Amino acid sequence: MRHIISILMENEAGALSRVAGLFSARGYNIESLTVAPTEDPSLSRMTLVTRGTDEIIEQITKQLNKLIDVVKLMDMTEGPHIEREMMLVKVNTEGNRREELKRDADIFRGRIIDVTDETYTIELTGAGTKLDAFLETLDPEVIVEVVRSGVSGIARGDRALRI
Amino acid sequence: MELTGAEIFVRALQDEGVEIIFGYPGGAVLHIYDALYKQDKVEHILTRHEQGATHAADGYARSTGKPGVVIVTSGPGATNAVTGIATAYMDSIPMVVFTGQVPTHLIGNDAFQEADNIGITRPCVKHNFLVQDVNELAQTIKKAFYVASTGRPGPVVVDIPKDVTAQKAEYHYPEKISMRSYNPVQVGHAGQIKRAVKLMLGARRPMIYTGGGVILGNAAESLTELARALDYPVTNTLMGLGGYPATDPQFVGMLGMHGTYEANMAMHHCDVLIAIGARFDDRVTGNIEKFCPTAKIVHVDIDPSSISKNVKVDVPIVGCVDKVLKAMLKVLKEGKGQPDAAAIKEWWQQIDEWRSKDCLKYDRDSEQIKPQFVVDTFYKVSNGDAYVTSDVGQHQMWAAQYYLFDKPRRWINSGGLGTMGFGLPAAMGVQLAHRDAMVACVTGEGSIQMCIQELSTCLQYHLPIKIINLNNRYLGMVRQWQEFFYQGRYAMSYMESLPDFVKLAESYGHVGMLIDKREDVQPALEEAMQLKDRLVFMDFITDQTENVYPMIPAGGGQNEMILV
Ligand SMILES: Cc1ncc(C[n+]2csc(CCOP(=O)(O)OP(=O)(O)O)c2C)c(N)n1
Repeated sequence: MRHIISILMENEAGALSRVAGLFSARGYNIESLTVAPTEDPSLSRMTLVTRGTDEIIEQITKQLNKLIDVVKLMDMTEGPHIEREMMLVKVNTEGNRREELKRDADIFRGRIIDVTDETYTIELTGAGTKLDAFLETLDPEVIVEVVRSGVSGIARGDRALRI
Repeated sequence: MELTGAEIFVRALQDEGVEIIFGYPGGAVLHIYDALYKQDKVEHILTRHEQGATHAADGYARSTGKPGVVIVTSGPGATNAVTGIATAYMDSIPMVVFTGQVPTHLIGNDAFQEADNIGITRPCVKHNFLVQDVNELAQTIKKAFYVASTGRPGPVVVDIPKDVTAQKAEYHYPEKISMRSYNPVQVGHAGQIKRAVKLMLGARRPMIYTGGGVILGNAAESLTELARALDYPVTNTLMGLGGYPATDPQFVGMLGMHGTYEANMAMHHCDVLIAIGARFDDRVTGNIEKFCPTAKIVHVDIDPSSISKNVKVDVPIVGCVDKVLKAMLKVLKEGKGQPDAAAIKEWWQQIDEWRSKDCLKYDRDSEQIKPQFVVDTFYKVSNGDAYVTSDVGQHQMWAAQYYLFDKPRRWINSGGLGTMGFGLPAAMGVQLAHRDAMVACVTGEGSIQMCIQELSTCLQYHLPIKIINLNNRYLGMVRQWQEFFYQGRYAMSYMESLPDFVKLAESYGHVGMLIDKREDVQPALEEAMQLKDRLVFMDFITDQTENVYPMIPAGGGQNEMILV
């Protein structure tokens, strides 16, 4: 199953490579990984999407907890949660495609944030599946460039990952 | 008063109570060596190779329980230390290794003798630190010792750039340290402990299986008390030998690939398995699909990630093994439950039947020197009271099988990584920690050559180690596998062009003995033991094609042992 694991860790040099190294050394897969500082400058928050059986996910969380830099972690997928990912897509608008691309972007609540004679840049936020769906509606020919941020997640309700 | 980083380093070691540091100097650590020179509280032992320094610190740690301390220079000094760090990591040995680093402004520049020590050691340390500011040096050293020696112990690397050792700061060594991201569990869950005891008392065919955790966690006494209170059979892993007295009738020997028949059969047939400070390593379980098919399993370990890693368990208990065992004893004493005496009696009858196979028998009348006979004889002449280190190979298994360890921290070997070259330097660390003790290194002619240079260190520091070289002129363990599984194609397992070990030992200033007759084995060992203040290198010319038995072949279950 797919799991979203959020990790609070010491904002130290090398902390990221410890997590990445753990995954490669033990053969776990990482689908996406995002990391940025939090409101507390001594802490970074990392969101990691991985897949595995229950046993593997249990080992992953235990091994992550064992890293000295990891302060706390939460498997978002264990409860209701919100998942968001941001995507920037640059599309080619040549050949009277402007209208149609604008409409597609609107349907997915995307915003056009940059325009040139030949291109639009569309910003889109949502769950990964929504971003996938948007890309599928586009004619592959028009896609010039795709940038995805990787997943961020937060628990719904009172549940929170904080120290 | 402000001190330089190098002075802070030395003061911190003193305040930490470090008596011995093993190391090798070089450019990046010269300020530190200068500061070490000016004091006499911390003794520096100069090994002949950084690998030797790490194994020596490791042997010191294994035999005392105190963290071993190492200092090496940047670049090649640090890379040479990696094997020793990885060896300690695999066996959870507390160690603090200081590596020199190029000055901060040169890091990343491919400077002379620069290596990414943090990156290189990351997968084989419990944690590592790069000190970027002299103001953080003392605190980082404190953290390093704290992390290395608490929870599940392990090696910690502290990488110190040269400029940091020259800069000045106020010295303050924290008495205590706490880290919000590191809080090892201590006591086990009371409810789980009760559940475990209930399960244990309901057993009809119980088995206690213990590993290195009992040694590391100083839990041998509690284990012995618990096992005796229950009258249950005990087996130890290779790392756990000495955790339960080997001469006690309840001890059924080591388990695993070269464990005893009775230990492995009892594992296979038990209905309740009590695993304590052990990690279900593949050399122990054999084929995991066939492992303990009828057992409910209790698993006590300080590391949550050890639990249900290889084998799913029924009652996991995370905690310090000694505390958990004491809590179990308390529950046992307070409760009314008793083991099922009739069932246990029957179980012992079964075990004794397995025992009667005498799986460790060997040809005692052989004309040739049998390696087992050498270890057996050494056990007798040393009254079972020596510290025994070993290298890796057949000789290691024979030492584990035929030397009966009644006490913890007496058997010192690289079980996890299986590092040839470990034995001699580890013995140096043990001898330095226990100056008057009998310390022996059981080795093979292959392994001993991997760190042979340390004979020179032994002379310098008067370390009267007894080296028992079981010389079969083969990389014996490799040869055994080639005989069994590769139809006798002995690729590169023959040790040609061996040195004359007697002359070699003599040229290093030690005593050498060549023993090639069976009747000379005992007198030679006795003579060596008489030479209390000399290192004696005993080169035993042993039966060349002897194999280690019994054996679980790869893919086999614990009930599928090959016997002699
Ligand atoms: C550093 C290292 N290299 C290779 C091996 C693989 N290996 C395991 S046992 C062995 C043979 C050891 O030979 P020797 O020391 O003569 O001991 P024997 O098995 O003959 O008793 C080898 C090569 C190892 N364990 N460690």
